[in-house]
Amino acid sequence: MISATEPRTEREAARLLVLHGKEAMFNDAVITDLPYLLQPADVLIVNDAATLPASLFAKSPSDAPLEIRLLQHLGGSDWKAVLLGSGDWRTPTELRDAPERLSLGSVLRIRKDFTAEVIGFGNGSARLVTLRFSRHGVDMWTGIYAHGHPIQYAYLKFDLALWSVQTAYASRPWAVEMPSAGLPLTWRVLLELKRRGIGLAWLTHAAGVSSIGDEGLDARLPFTEHFEIPESAIDAIQKARLTGGRVIAVGTTVVRALEGCSAQNGGRLIAGTGETDLIIGPRFRRSVVDGILTGLHDPEQSHFQLLRAFADEGILRRSWQYATENNYVCHEFGDLCLIIE
Amino acid sequence: MEIRNASVLITGGSRGLGRALGKALAREGARLVLAARGAEELNTAVDEIRNEGGEAYGIAADIGDKNSIYPIAGEAAALVGPVDILIQNASTLGPVPLRLLLDTDCEDLQRTWDVNLAGPFRLAKVIVGSMALRGRGLMISITSDAAIEAYAGWGAYGVTKAALDHLTRIFAAELRDTGVRFFSIEPGDMDTQMHADAVPDADPATLGKPDDIALRILGIIREAEHLPNGSRIAATEVEALK
Repeated sequence: MISATEPRTEREAARLLVLHGKEAMFNDAVITDLPYLLQPADVLIVNDAATLPASLFAKSPSDAPLEIRLLQHLGGSDWKAVLLGSGDWRTPTELRDAPERLSLGSVLRIRKDFTAEVIGFGNGSARLVTLRFSRHGVDMWTGIYAHGHPIQYAYLKFDLALWSVQTAYASRPWAVEMPSAGLPLTWRVLLELKRRGIGLAWLTHAAGVSSIGDEGLDARLPFTEHFEIPESAIDAIQKARLTGGRVIAVGTTVVRALEGCSAQNGGRLIAGTGETDLIIGPRFRRSVVDGILTGLHDPEQSHFQLLRAFADEGILRRSWQYATENNYVCHEFGDLCLIIE
Repeated sequence: MEIRNASVLITGGSRGLGRALGKALAREGARLVLAARGAEELNTAVDEIRNEGGEAYGIAADIGDKNSIYPIAGEAAALVGPVDILIQNASTLGPVPLRLLLDTDCEDLQRTWDVNLAGPFRLAKVIVGSMALRGRGLMISITSDAAIEAYAGWGAYGVTKAALDHLTRIFAAELRDTGVRFFSIEPGDMDTQMHADAVPDADPATLGKPDDIALRILGIIREAEHLPNGSRIAATEVEALK
């Protein structure tokens, strides 16, 4: 499948491949058809995390260039992060140099007045670090926003602007890579969903990095990610259940949050914050989510394995083949698929 | 609308009405983010709130600069959570002394437009979607009688404030069933630096006081659910929050 190499100028131009899991059928649609493909009792759940400018270029104590990719805010000035060596997004992560080996106390210089000290290492890798920024509170956030860039992808043509990686309903900047399935959803589509009686609810999930370029670490992705599920989302899900509706997740992050929360609580959803390390694949038995609106990615990627929890491999492969032959475009700025039962 | 614990972003929050609103909202328990260009005045405004035990953060940024918008919105949401109340207060008169439209440079009109209209539009675009998703929120645009009356010499300002009024009304019309409320509030002539820049020989004794107008605006916020969405309200004609 061809990669979408730049953000869409017209979000509603996204095509939608609709897979009916039970009937093992698929058909073409466009994103503006979504309100008519769902039923009034259904509920659509989005991830409202805004995307951070999580990539910061810095110099090591010996002046070697490296890239910091923020993974998770630990509170205060502390962040989990992963380090990449010299170069930038134009080089695929797996071809990037490894970063210089650092030690505890190493200070990474982003700017003269904005640095980050290595205060810990992740288990099993010198590239996974805990950093403490030299600035605190609002000054730290101003530093991140002034000097950070959105994490981006080698298949893109241009540098991504911060506004190109945000959904139309984004709020707290928890995501280090964009929750891209929601990008084509305009407010015209969302209001039409509501007008037709389809529920619209939200949670916040800190979408993590999709690739590091280190074979060992990439095999461990996705890392543990934190989420917050509000009472309103649980109410909306219960209402859908009571009225025969389906729970449709916008993106894999919503699936991870809901199924992760349910798995931790004996099949129940409990409002509040949590973390999940759930890996969803072919044998996963879903307890909350009935359908998914998501992007199109290569069958070799973990994303495809997650979709096998929603449809069998045969229909997925046949529909991907069809999408390839019919010029669908894939990846973060590409077309979408909707898998419903 | 409940003010206690509400997350509030005020643009132009370092002086005049914005500063008074910040103080008044913080006293009622709101969590404040003030955005303004001048870091020094901004820090003073933030310290003033914190010294009274309130919660406030200052973001030094220019609302008229497109590149400032996502940082303002992102930093605000990181600091106080999703914004419940957005007060679009920052504005510029354009070139002073005020001048006739025929004597106004195109670049000056553009700059006035960027601060008074494009900036608020961009900020609303980034923040109001989250309000609509949550089913609640409030956007207040601080306007002026110059948006309605064609005062000679107030061209750049009046034109852009008229556009801001209409922007606010159209948002209200488009999002009428979402639970998000939109109001234009006209504070009247106030004893502020901006008024002194516009009318240097005005008698301050005849002008409204920002602290008094701020309390009236708090009264409007408190009653937001009961006021016609999209309406234009004169602060001088409503009661102050008791």
